[in-house]
Amino acid sequence: MAQSAQTVPHGGHEHHESHGLSYYLFPLDHKIIGMQYLFTGMFMALIGGFFAYAFRMQLAFPGMSVPFFGVVSAGEYNSLVTNHGSIMIFWVAMPVLIAAFGNFLIPLMIGCDDMVFPKVNRLSYQIFLLSVIVLITSFFVPGGGFGGAWTAYPPLSANAQYSLTPLGSTLWLTAVALEFVAFLLGGINFVTTVMNSRAPGMKLYDIPIVVWMIVIASILFTASVGPLIAGAVMLFMDQVVGTQFYDPAAGGDPVLWQHLFWFFGHPEVYVVLLPAMGITADVMVTFARKKLFAYRTVLYTAVGTGVLSFTVWAHHQFIAGIDPRMANVFTITTLLISIPIAEMCFVYIATLYGGSITFKTPMLWALAFVAEFLIGGVTGIFLGASGADIYFHDTYFVLAHFHYTFFPIAIIAVYAGLTYWFPKMFGRMMNDTLGKIHFWGTIIPFNMIFLPLFLLGAWGQHRRIYSYQNFPELAGDTMQNLRILATLSLVTMLLFQLVFLYNFFRSMFKGEKAGKNPWRATTLEWTTESPPGHGNWKEMPTVYRGPYEYGTPGRDQDFWPQNEPS
Amino acid sequence: MIESHLPAVSTYAKDIDSLILLIGVLVGFWFFVCQGMFFWLMFKFRAREGHRTTYVTGEEKELARWVHIPHYLVLVCDLFIIVGAVRVWYDVKQNLPEPDATVRVIGQQWAWTFVQPGPDGQLDTPDDIRTVDNLHIEVGKTYHYKLESKDVLHNFSVPVFRLKQDAVPGRVITGWFEATRTGEFDIQCAEICGIGHGIMKGRIKIQSPEEHSAWMAQNSTPAIATASAE
Repeated sequence: MAQSAQTVPHGGHEHHESHGLSYYLFPLDHKIIGMQYLFTGMFMALIGGFFAYAFRMQLAFPGMSVPFFGVVSAGEYNSLVTNHGSIMIFWVAMPVLIAAFGNFLIPLMIGCDDMVFPKVNRLSYQIFLLSVIVLITSFFVPGGGFGGAWTAYPPLSANAQYSLTPLGSTLWLTAVALEFVAFLLGGINFVTTVMNSRAPGMKLYDIPIVVWMIVIASILFTASVGPLIAGAVMLFMDQVVGTQFYDPAAGGDPVLWQHLFWFFGHPEVYVVLLPAMGITADVMVTFARKKLFAYRTVLYTAVGTGVLSFTVWAHHQFIAGIDPRMANVFTITTLLISIPIAEMCFVYIATLYGGSITFKTPMLWALAFVAEFLIGGVTGIFLGASGADIYFHDTYFVLAHFHYTFFPIAIIAVYAGLTYWFPKMFGRMMNDTLGKIHFWGTIIPFNMIFLPLFLLGAWGQHRRIYSYQNFPELAGDTMQNLRILATLSLVTMLLFQLVFLYNFFRSMFKGEKAGKNPWRATTLEWTTESPPGHGNWKEMPTVYRGPYEYGTPGRDQDFWPQNEPS
Repeated sequence: MIESHLPAVSTYAKDIDSLILLIGVLVGFWFFVCQGMFFWLMFKFRAREGHRTTYVTGEEKELARWVHIPHYLVLVCDLFIIVGAVRVWYDVKQNLPEPDATVRVIGQQWAWTFVQPGPDGQLDTPDDIRTVDNLHIEVGKTYHYKLESKDVLHNFSVPVFRLKQDAVPGRVITGWFEATRTGEFDIQCAEICGIGHGIMKGRIKIQSPEEHSAWMAQNSTPAIATASAE
């Protein structure tokens, strides 16, 4: 917004025409910072995927020398699963969904020239990059990377004598803490920018859903991360200077960490879920040529989900030694959170009603998000119900459940968003045929990885075990064959990602020129050049209506951009 | 579905399985209704020549009810599940029946130790029977377990009982089980506990009263008791 650029000192403007090396290395432009987050996140996804490949190979073929890795020892196995989880949540889902899309989309969708605090924004990425370097360093220190699970429960995580990874644990924890700082800075920026810098005429109900979702997610993150940072500081001191916050021998309590961790950890699920749902909404309306069904309901349910998500954390701890009466309270709150989420799913389904749907690649991903997330949603009920969780806790049923939520969030919705906004990011179209090959080559193997894992979990297979040969009930051929099926499906799925990478990088330089608005969409980012220049618009837009005016009666065109005067 | 592959061997295992079935039926119904609706709408409203979108906001009363009525029905289903879950939970975790015997279960990296009272029926006396990784119990008897950990978190998990409980250092957590048939089954550690987590296994041997007293007699002479302690 022009006014904000005048009142806020704005380093970027001084270099309006200069696109030297420092513009890309130390940028203030929100689009470049978004790209930095995107490419760093994609790089981390490659590492996270490779880790999954290594430990899945060990599970399917215990003791074999895994190609490109070698024999997976028990300690390495623990480190691989721990860092796979940490990377995929903290270094892929968060930077890509919130930071990359948030940075790229927010100013473009609300019609302003940049974030309110561009230098804070740059600092946010630099701290994030530092956290990446610290994490990667932790894999190569003596003792190896941290292997106490991404939840890092003490005393295992607090005490090198138990974990046997004196340096790995501390570096892992430091990396996570730095990552939190980066996202706190980013989150403050997102919320402030959306509240202060909207284009003239853009009222709160005119903000596209994806922007709202990133804002709500940022608020959830800033509100929930405090206790965890406090917990992390205590854990760090337990590790390094020998305090005993989590050591029962000195009057500490290991369960304290679990409360601090999950008080953050459960809202965190919604921190990444909401932006994913926002992306899905924006893609679905464009390709269904439909107004979002009940915009305000979506918004209210998102806020409701966010508030409720602060009251459910102990469902991760039903059998962790908390007072058993507490489980009753948390079962009720956990099942109640199914109400707003179910409402959201109904609204998304209802959005298709009366539409005119074209199945381009972004739309396939968006539809797949809803269909697959439903599986993740309904299987969560088994785990939220305390009585059933006694059995399912820590089995592969849990693992399959949260992969059916996180995979749609961090992979499917991200692909929906990337393929949808790619023309805006790089000014060229991606190849739709290759996109569809990649889509089916990802979705089919994805289900073939995780559906068998539900079954394995229901039959009692517990998590984080590097070989099931020691457990007679789990070592049978039927279960081993399911493990092999899951692993082969994973390898297939990973290979199909090469199709995406080829399509992505080739289209960046050789794709068909996109023009301003290739999808004939209504929101503001489609009213400027592709890719937008520095400052985003030559003439800043004004907003006249809500974000999803498709098929408005009495108009020739079936879409009505937000910035077009009536 | 679980029992076809993994027998239900405790008094409450069947209750937990029934609860899981109840949830399965309720959420399964919603799952298929949603997916059916979703795919039907995708097919029905695919783009065709000359077809134009219907303009609705979703805030019209007669349309909004298509979302609101199902969502009240979901609430009703939730209430059924909450009641079922709390009842099972109460029986398994909250309400401990009077025990016929007590066994101390100790987790440490990376083995289970079980301490049972000897002939005097008292724990923590010299005639206690200590075993490592193998728990011998008698069918049809109500046991209390007293769960402890010597180092990190562990989880005492007996899948055929549908039982799990974390072991927390510094605490003694009491729970119960009663086996309904004889046999030999797995004990797992279901909480990551370090490099040896994958080898922290045990077996539960559920014996008939005769077998069990024979086992007790065999192991309760002081000499053997000391020997089996390590």
